[in-house]
Amino acid sequence: MKKTITLEVNGVPETAEVEVGTTLLRFLRDGLDLTGAKEGCNEGECGSCMVLLDGRPVNSCLVLAVEASGRRVTTIEGLSKDDVLHPLQKAFLSHAAIQCGFCTPGMIVSAAALLREKPEPSEDDVRKALAGNLCRCTGYRQIVDAVHSAAAEMRAAASVGGNGNADAGKPAACEEVTA
Amino acid sequence: MPSDLDFLSPTSVDEAIALKAVPGTAWLLGGTDLLPQMRAGRKAPGRLVDLKRIPGLHEIREVADGGLSIGAAVPLADVEVHPDVLDRFPLLAECAKTVGAWPLRQRATLAGNLCNASPAADTAVALLALEAEVEVASTVGRRTIPIREFFLGPGLSALEPGELVTAVVLPGASAGFRGSYLRLSRRKGMDLATVGVLVGKSNGTLPARWRVALAAVAPTPLRLRAVEELLEAKGAAAASEAAEAARLACRPITDLRGSAEYRREMVGVLVRRGALSLG
Repeated sequence: MKKTITLEVNGVPETAEVEVGTTLLRFLRDGLDLTGAKEGCNEGECGSCMVLLDGRPVNSCLVLAVEASGRRVTTIEGLSKDDVLHPLQKAFLSHAAIQCGFCTPGMIVSAAALLREKPEPSEDDVRKALAGNLCRCTGYRQIVDAVHSAAAEMRAAASVGGNGNADAGKPAACEEVTA
Repeated sequence: MPSDLDFLSPTSVDEAIALKAVPGTAWLLGGTDLLPQMRAGRKAPGRLVDLKRIPGLHEIREVADGGLSIGAAVPLADVEVHPDVLDRFPLLAECAKTVGAWPLRQRATLAGNLCNASPAADTAVALLALEAEVEVASTVGRRTIPIREFFLGPGLSALEPGELVTAVVLPGASAGFRGSYLRLSRRKGMDLATVGVLVGKSNGTLPARWRVALAAVAPTPLRLRAVEELLEAKGAAAASEAAEAARLACRPITDLRGSAEYRREMVGVLVRRGALSLG
């Protein structure tokens, strides 16, 4: 059965007709051509389909597109702005936290959600936040290092740009980046 | 997924209950269990009733006796960081944060974890230990099911067809228990417990009250009142005796996560460890 959904994806309003059984992941990839989120296990085990739903990290293979109606979705494509990479994307490159790259969008989206809640995460915080993202290449060390490096860069940028208001010290959250 | 699958989003409990009257209707909360089950062909509902647009189900609110009521649609990620949960019912937070992984817990709910009635449900042991009550609604009316009567077997609960869990209530009398949930699994995230052992002790009451509950070592999550009584009578000095009693009380099976023998041994080790840490 088809339903009409309206939602915001990376800051852009979208309206579409979708089958009820279509996952958010399938809708993003096939309907909107946003192929950054990947289908790995398709049962919520691997995390390669991670996107932000109203700012929360979710496995988009476990969300129906109809459930996302009226909500805000941010994908890996929404983290960079005008061809400028997000600090996490830059750090993953500079730390060689990528090999085959399949898990990378999911890793970065989960990490972006973490840094929004905890600008200065411990190693344990990073590992726990990424526990739902599998990588079969890098062994995770480079990934954890990249997250710490990006966190430091985002804190530094926030303190330079800060003007003493309550948000100073908070990293640029994903929504702000796409806004 | 079938092409004629329908999807409805009621905005009140009464509406949701009325919709369930049509055969083949399934409630949808986080979907973290239901959607994989549907994809694997183990469940085949003809229509889904999404409960997440019902405003009243999203609240964690205080109840008159100093307890907390946790709405059915509250995700576990919110339970595990809620200040009142951490302050009064830290054992629930301990258990909640071991379910799946952080992103999964943004969708998965306490009510959903309960309704699956999995013997390995991590939050079930906290709810058993804290003597929670499950509030349900149906076209017949509303009732409260004490958690000790809720789990009947693997995948089987005391819910009648058409009954909707609206909230889980933690009574004020259970506030203040401290302790730990000791959990073994093959990897730290995204795996079900091989063995889960909760040991808790009341804070400030004399004589101290103890709580011991187990996951993944019997057809249902278990609370071991006899083991608690041992610890209440003799304190942590009886840790080894309590461990032996727990070892004998559990009824584990062998499956891909571990053998029955291993599970039984680990119940003893973890009960002893948990009790000693609270000595």
